[in-house]
Amino acid sequence: MCPQTVRNEAPSDDKRWKIINATMRRNGDDSHALIETLHSVQETFGYLDDVALSYVAKSLRTPLSRVYGVATFYHFFTLKPQGEHSCVVCTGTACHIKGAQALLSAIKGSFGVAPGETTADNKLSVISARCIGSCGLAPAVVIDGNVMGNLSPQTLVARVEREIG
Amino acid sequence: MTSPTRVVTLRIDDREVSAREDETILQVARDNEIFIPTLCCLEGLSTWGACRLCLVEVSGSNKLLAACATRVAQDLEVKTNTPRILAYRRTILELLFSERNHVCSVCVANGECELQNLAQRCGVDHIRVSYRYPELSLDLSNDLFRLDPNRCILCTRCVRVCDEIEGAHTWDVMGRGIDCQVITDLKAPWGESKSCTSCGKCVHVCPTGALSQRGTAIAEVHHHRDFLPYLTQMRGERD
Ligand code: SF4
Ligand code: SF4
Ligand code: FES
Ligand code: FES
Repeated sequence: MCPQTVRNEAPSDDKRWKIINATMRRNGDDSHALIETLHSVQETFGYLDDVALSYVAKSLRTPLSRVYGVATFYHFFTLKPQGEHSCVVCTGTACHIKGAQALLSAIKGSFGVAPGETTADNKLSVISARCIGSCGLAPAVVIDGNVMGNLSPQTLVARVEREIG
Repeated sequence: MTSPTRVVTLRIDDREVSAREDETILQVARDNEIFIPTLCCLEGLSTWGACRLCLVEVSGSNKLLAACATRVAQDLEVKTNTPRILAYRRTILELLFSERNHVCSVCVANGECELQNLAQRCGVDHIRVSYRYPELSLDLSNDLFRLDPNRCILCTRCVRVCDEIEGAHTWDVMGRGIDCQVITDLKAPWGESKSCTSCGKCVHVCPTGALSQRGTAIAEVHHHRDFLPYLTQMRGERD
């Protein structure tokens, strides 16, 4: 086959790309490093936009559509910038039975956001997840990384209000 | 050197048949003209095993197994048409119909749709679950082809042919569960996809009216699939 030179330059001179490059290099720029690299982008930039996804796809020689498929399969990844605070409402079976839907309605009522959305003032992002492994606490919610359980709609709203000040 | 493939004998629906040990139950059933419905499986593409229409009962397993993904074995007893299997098949087909919007009378693939044909053959005359009626918009951005996700059954034939035969890997599946959808590149409009070569292979392998040529009207779809075993064979010989 004719030789092919693939030189792949970072999308911008933002220093954070170095972190992404390091993750990929550590894994031999192999396509198996896809999930780990996406984690690295998510943690470094806070979300995955098309520029980042294209760069990762090209660097790991992985099809764009596969990268997009993986990025949208896992709840952990977000394609849009997130608000300052996050509230993950579990809608797994146990939490569903114990009233997850009422929690989501209360959040929608008080803050006007549904799962996958961020408030206009960029304060709060609401996400839904399927079973976060705390079924004993159902209905469970994770606010800024802290798991909370047995929540009524009122306590949840009060709690979120306190967090976002 | 590889050792010569052994020949085994097994029973499918109480018929004694023989097969090479590396064949799947589906291949052997087809060779012997025993009907097993399939949707995701297509000769020339890798095995996906996701539609579950080809489920059969196999001795020694109380789970139903996918005939397209299960190898034969000596003395295996396979049943393809027990009441349990027939009931599962009908339910799977009904669920496929209920997930999207399959209005056959106005579909480009009417008469040449594998989903419609199987429904007829398996006696699906009404759907016992309620329809979901998702609102999915057509992708008409490509000059040659169109995607109507309302007819897509997520068999991934388009994904596999584009990846394995064309080598472009334009398609993939995004999301999870009921929200899954086929996408091109980073969910770009198909016409703007940089990887698509406009070869049309995906359009010809689609079992339903989800992918079609622009300009085809109701019931005008015709699939040409001879290229598939041909290309697979030609590539295989080069290895
Ligand atoms: S037309 Fe060819 S290259 Fe384009 S998506 Fe279909 S199979 Fe892939
Ligand atoms: S578009 Fe057609 S070939 Fe592709 S997954 Fe949907 S039904 Fe299958
Ligand atoms: S269902 Fe919510 S934590 Fe398991
Ligand atoms: S044909 Fe076997 S699972 Fe689809």
